[in-house]
Amino acid sequence: MPLTRLPIVENILSANDQVADLNRKLLDDHNLLAINLMASPGAGKTSFILKTIQSISPKIRLGVIEGDTAPVTIDADKINSVGIPAVQINTGGECHLDAVMVKAGMQQLPLAELDLLVIENVGNLICPAAFNLGTHINLLIASIPEGDDKPYKYPNIYRGIDVLLVNKTDLLPYIDFNMEYFRQGVEMLNPGLTTFAVSCKTLDGFPEWISWLCQQIAKKIVNHES
Amino acid sequence: MHELAVTESVLEIAEKHALQAQALRVTDVYLVIGRLASIVDDSIQFYWEMIAANTICQDSKLHFQRVPAQMTCLDCQTIFDISDRTTPCPNCASYHLKITAGEEFYVDSIAIEK
Repeated sequence: MPLTRLPIVENILSANDQVADLNRKLLDDHNLLAINLMASPGAGKTSFILKTIQSISPKIRLGVIEGDTAPVTIDADKINSVGIPAVQINTGGECHLDAVMVKAGMQQLPLAELDLLVIENVGNLICPAAFNLGTHINLLIASIPEGDDKPYKYPNIYRGIDVLLVNKTDLLPYIDFNMEYFRQGVEMLNPGLTTFAVSCKTLDGFPEWISWLCQQIAKKIVNHES
Repeated sequence: MHELAVTESVLEIAEKHALQAQALRVTDVYLVIGRLASIVDDSIQFYWEMIAANTICQDSKLHFQRVPAQMTCLDCQTIFDISDRTTPCPNCASYHLKITAGEEFYVDSIAIEK
């Protein structure tokens, strides 16, 4: 039987990318800025969302999608308890959210009544980096106790982000964290990256982060209207 | 990372193109994967044999072409390979670098019987 070589050149995750494009369109139709929030487990993702809510709600209307690998609603419950619509997605053991899961999550939220959608990805520094969700901003939280070598060990996630939050700065006096070494690693992977050093405990650095966030939301609204 | 999701996606792409070409059988699938893609070839091979069973891709062989990772210095334009860790430019020690190869992640072609 003769063999034919058939050229394809199709990205392996192209199916995900197509759904991500649809998600982006849906977000843009609703004039809604979306953030894909990534970090390792325990970096303070949910606390960070709660503190951000405190600072901008109700002026800015937020919705949250919570991704977890286990069928628990701990995070969504915390967000709901402060009066913010949140849906929990159980990835069924998968190590990341993908565009299809986010699409399902978005269907359960009142998109027309929101200005900002925060998607808390599964705690993981490897897999979420590979899956485009259709969001506008990829945000990573690095926390001081994780150590200053993380950019060197997880380069892919640092390469693909638009903004970096360095959390738990209140612990700096107690931990050997070389900020210069950390920043050098980030600079190699993502030159000029917008970075905020914050503490969810003391709220240090939050005014700068919130001001930047509000600018992004305002820009989105202006772009949409023009 | 998520090798099963990746393998399923490879199967979907190969099946789609094989059916479009009215193939009887897929014998080989050629993948191009950059060094920076966190993918373990052995795991994909392992899943492939399981999920390709009873499809048009049954018993087909997977081929991996690995592309080395390469960076270009934005200050002095030196191009250099990176192995397992990110380093500054070997020529001028600059940290302003751009990845110019190693992120490839696609199905290049398939071999089919018609």
